[in-house]
Amino acid sequence: MTHDSPPLRSRAATRKRRRLYAVLSGAVMLAIAAVLVLTAFEDSIVFFYSPTDLAEKQAGRDPVKPDQLLRVGGLVEEDSVKTAADGVTKLFTVTDLKNTLRVSFKGILPDLFREGQGIVSSGSLGPDGIFVATEVLAKHDETYMPPEVADALKRAGEWKGDEEKEKTQ
Amino acid sequence: MHKYANPNQFLRIANPLLPWFSGVTVLCIGAALYLGLFTSPPDYQQGDTVRIMYIHVPSAWMAMFVYGSMAIASATALIWRHPPGHMITKASAPIGACFTMICLLTGSLWGKPMWGTWWQWDARMTSVLILFFIYIGYIALVNAFDDSARGQRTASVLVLVGAVNLPIIKFSVEWWNTLHQPASVVRFDGPAIHPSMLWPLLIMSVGFTTFYLVVLILRLRGELAATKIRNLRLGQADA
Repeated sequence: MTHDSPPLRSRAATRKRRRLYAVLSGAVMLAIAAVLVLTAFEDSIVFFYSPTDLAEKQAGRDPVKPDQLLRVGGLVEEDSVKTAADGVTKLFTVTDLKNTLRVSFKGILPDLFREGQGIVSSGSLGPDGIFVATEVLAKHDETYMPPEVADALKRAGEWKGDEEKEKTQ
Repeated sequence: MHKYANPNQFLRIANPLLPWFSGVTVLCIGAALYLGLFTSPPDYQQGDTVRIMYIHVPSAWMAMFVYGSMAIASATALIWRHPPGHMITKASAPIGACFTMICLLTGSLWGKPMWGTWWQWDARMTSVLILFFIYIGYIALVNAFDDSARGQRTASVLVLVGAVNLPIIKFSVEWWNTLHQPASVVRFDGPAIHPSMLWPLLIMSVGFTTFYLVVLILRLRGELAATKIRNLRLGQADA
């Protein structure tokens, strides 16, 4: 047994290789486990549903219960923001350019809230199909630019937001 | 590679680099603060609140960069029994934890005026919070053992396991609907951020990176000195 064993140096190299394989296979297992867990919990990780997601969910096996808390996000449709007869409740339509959802909200809207702006609102779906929001958050996009540049883009007609809006009209 | 395992060899390289890194840190952070706070324009939507980004985004990048360095250092330490790997991991952890903390706090300060909320459990924010907990968990674990070599090995395994969180943080904004906006700088079709705002951001990131290196070298020097003192004491006790 002793005279068959390889010299010390190569035995150390084998151990290193074995540790390398152990770490690599551990990493692969972990990655697979993470993917499985994240896929399984996708429904809870998703921060909000778009109106299309919600329509699909309603048509699927597990429709939204009345009073079930959920979040809905999308763009505030142009010319859709109105104040209800009580003078406090705001009514508007959220769109993802495919489907729309009517939302009512009683409270203070964030500064960035305006028509064409992305928002996320939490609340529940009423029996009449109107989403009753308890909270409205403004969503900010990834574009950062000075006001003059934004104005110039709008003048030149290269404003992305307007393009999207034209598609819906 | 193993010749850098020798502390004297490490110090021979690190010591002359230290003043350079310190100089770059002061210059870059100073210049980026001036550019970010005074010369860069306000954003068309966010107004002056956009200036929080010059701290928030670099610290978020550093939170992930420091963790990535720790994961690589831990892997080399575990596979090749390369002792400096453990030292670098241990010395980096508090720095990375601080960057993560700064990222979370500045993000919260930005979120209140922009989104209308300090905190939401969206995928990006939650995964960064988990990164912070992993940092804290590593620091607790590595110090929990009487036998420091065993503690470092165990804690390094934790670092490798936690590395699975890094791609989740990066791609969380693409895989799921999140409140947090998608990436503005590191993306396929070029940055979606105006050059007048991109420059202070990039300069600040260079400053943050060299700041990390400065603190890392100082912490490693301290750790080496502590080891030397411990060995001298042990030598005296034997005599």
